[in-house]
Amino acid sequence: MADRNPAPDTPELRERWGAFEFTESYRAKADKAIARYPEGRQRSAVMPLLDLAQRQVGEETDTQGWLPLPVIEYVADYLDMPVIRVLEVASFYFMYNMVPVGKYHVQVCGTTPCMLRGSDGLFETCKKRGMKKGHVSDDGLWTLTEVECMGNCATAPMVQINDDNYEDLTPERLDEILDELAAGKQPKSGTQEPGRHTSEPAGGPTTLKEMVDANHDYRGEWK
Amino acid sequence: MPKVKVDGQEIEVPEGATVLQACELAGKEIPRFCYHERLSIAGNCRMCLVEVKPGPPKPQASCALPATDGQEIRTDSEMVKTAREGVMEFLLINHPLDCPICDQGGECDLQDQSVAYGRGATRYEENKRAVTEKYMGPLIKTVMTRCIHCTRCVRFSEEIAGVDEIGAVGRGEDMQITTYLEQAAEHELSANVIDLCPVGALTSRPYAFEARPWELKKTLSIDVSDAVGANIRLDSRGREVMRALPRVNDAVNEEWLSDKGRYMVDGLSKRRLDKVFVRKKGGFEPSSWDEAFKAIAKAKPGKSIAAIAGDMVDCETMFAAKALLRACGSNLIEGRQTGMDYDVSNLAAVNFNSTFEGLEHAKAILIVGSHIRWEAPLVNVRIRKAVKRGAKVFVVGPEWETTYPAEFLGTDFAVLNDLPGHISDAFKDADRSAVIVGGGALKGAHGKAMALASQWGADFNVLHFSAARMGGLMLGFAQKGGMADIVKAKPKVVISLGADEMDFEPFADALKVYIGHHGDKGAHAADIILPAASYAEKDGTYVNTEGRVQFAEKAVFAPGDAREDWTILRALADALKVDVGFNSFAALQSAMIKEVPALGEEGLADLGALPKADAQAKAEGTMSAYPIKDFYLTNPIARASAVMQRCSDELLHGVELAEAAE
Repeated sequence: MADRNPAPDTPELRERWGAFEFTESYRAKADKAIARYPEGRQRSAVMPLLDLAQRQVGEETDTQGWLPLPVIEYVADYLDMPVIRVLEVASFYFMYNMVPVGKYHVQVCGTTPCMLRGSDGLFETCKKRGMKKGHVSDDGLWTLTEVECMGNCATAPMVQINDDNYEDLTPERLDEILDELAAGKQPKSGTQEPGRHTSEPAGGPTTLKEMVDANHDYRGEWK
Repeated sequence: MPKVKVDGQEIEVPEGATVLQACELAGKEIPRFCYHERLSIAGNCRMCLVEVKPGPPKPQASCALPATDGQEIRTDSEMVKTAREGVMEFLLINHPLDCPICDQGGECDLQDQSVAYGRGATRYEENKRAVTEKYMGPLIKTVMTRCIHCTRCVRFSEEIAGVDEIGAVGRGEDMQITTYLEQAAEHELSANVIDLCPVGALTSRPYAFEARPWELKKTLSIDVSDAVGANIRLDSRGREVMRALPRVNDAVNEEWLSDKGRYMVDGLSKRRLDKVFVRKKGGFEPSSWDEAFKAIAKAKPGKSIAAIAGDMVDCETMFAAKALLRACGSNLIEGRQTGMDYDVSNLAAVNFNSTFEGLEHAKAILIVGSHIRWEAPLVNVRIRKAVKRGAKVFVVGPEWETTYPAEFLGTDFAVLNDLPGHISDAFKDADRSAVIVGGGALKGAHGKAMALASQWGADFNVLHFSAARMGGLMLGFAQKGGMADIVKAKPKVVISLGADEMDFEPFADALKVYIGHHGDKGAHAADIILPAASYAEKDGTYVNTEGRVQFAEKAVFAPGDAREDWTILRALADALKVDVGFNSFAALQSAMIKEVPALGEEGLADLGALPKADAQAKAEGTMSAYPIKDFYLTNPIARASAVMQRCSDELLHGVELAEAAE
């Protein structure tokens, strides 16, 4: 499990992030998120705002982004809410990184279905590239995290890297994906099984077969 | 009103009651940790499981389940018993079995309930989790490994105190209760979380490892740190008061207590006056009662004797002084030691008339010149409750950090003469409203505030901040011109009854006798010091700012040669060769009650109707600062207390104190 303690509050951290502010485009997105809620309920937007803040930190540091304490305080201030309430949310959800991560945050699912389908091999592949759980690799490219079920059991094993899921993996397929990412390319997301589209049964659909290529109205066939 | 059956017994419960409350009405004990009557419902400890039909065939958390008509509730079935055992076993997975070294031992909900509802032993052999201790300030000691995550402390600071500073970070097994970056909890009610904590996770730091609950003598008393008159229990061992805890009184303090009232008790054993002192050649020398009384008699005061009452004296002491002076032929008595001279011809005009409970129902509140958070933290709690019910609050006076939305109208009282329209509207629309005038504003804004209150039909309140004030006023401890009248009378002998905030300079030629318990400002200025008893060391009647008469009992004996105040005044009467008319405390009390019958009855005193307000009254003057400069150091006991000193340094003046190695 990821380390959920916030990065220590040091003068260096304050100096680097103390002046954090949303850029114009992020501010627009943040205000849009706040506008979804009734007036006076702006703190309901704390989750989208934390996400936006993390993304902006990511852009500034060329990583997936994380939430330094001054940024958390900025979000609290932006929503006019106590900072401890924001910290509660930020430390609860694993999607918010409490410590710096690499450019690619490789989150390998290690829960039972993925494990049975070979997630141990995926960890091996990652480790061979110098990744270590909870650490940023020396080149700043990778952070490896073991996560619990991501809800892709039908296409296990799976890995989530930043915003994309990669499913039906083997160590070789994961290697390829990581190579492409390292080269700055965007690999195809979703299932990596040739011939499979999404999470339909391996070997083709067993029901609703007519629906594979085009929409089909079954209603006339109901008996 | 829904009718439910609890263990076969049919009862009717109020609308909106929960199943847990229904069970309590039926006289059943439901174990609980997270549920607390005065906090919102969390439903996360699961200890209150009961069986409810109709419903799913499994135990349900009774604290969060509304009672509805026709429910059949069982609290004694096998299912409930096993459910409680199961929950208790889960709670104890990570709770350390360190009761012998835990300060909560003996008064611990978890300990009691595991004995009553738990299994004999656990089946878990795995390691328990360990959590680092969190710093929460000079009053709260934390051992977070013991925390069972009931979140009572989180809910208290958010809902009651209104200072969002405690939270639960992390999740699942990693959940931890902490303040942001482990900053100290910084508000006047912070230590109440210690009482709320059902386990030993939050315990009292000053009281750590001092005593066990079963070796303490419990005495019912009244808090004298402010004019709220919070009901407290003094726990003492031998001659020492170990701690003060709040008692439940819905009309006064609910079940909270300010940090000052709770933690100034360590000052009761420090800087005490325990010998008679007489000033000789500029310095104090220990002396004897005889010698001191002779010295006072030698001054031949005759009629020229005055008595000034301090902020923490009881009515009996004040009455004894009054009787003594009357026997001498003097009426120079005054309690408003800082020189205030507001009109006291009608006591209802200087009383908190809406009562604390009534204040909760106000829809608009105007505060004139009172830093309520410091002058009466428990009244601030009531205002916060009113605001949660939709009240609007306006404040005239320097800005302070409110725990609710409030509009500050500036420091000039003249704003009352011409209030902005939206404020008058708020009061005219409210079916119940209140005007609160602080002690600091009585000079410039008393008349105008009363006029506004009568114009709006609002309750008129004066918020005092000394515990002796209302009692003193009822006993006539007030001159028309305040202290200035006493100075003008040039008394030969001035008796200070624990009056430390008064100015002794104008009495340079008088013989100054200090009858008090702490070596504070008053004792420094005195010529003769007669050691007396503090509030913990004598029986006494106190009247709070609402005019509520309450009786406090003696918890311990005064140290050394110190005597109860009334005995000193009685002996002084003999030295001055006058007769005060009582020889025992009971006789003193009945004489006092004969003179002021209201003091004989516990509860709200009837002070009569408000005087007719002068519609032409104008408010004038500005308020540059509030009378209380330092919340933690307002009285001699608190100033002698190391704990209060540390709170003041650390919480108000930001001094970084190194944590002592424990």
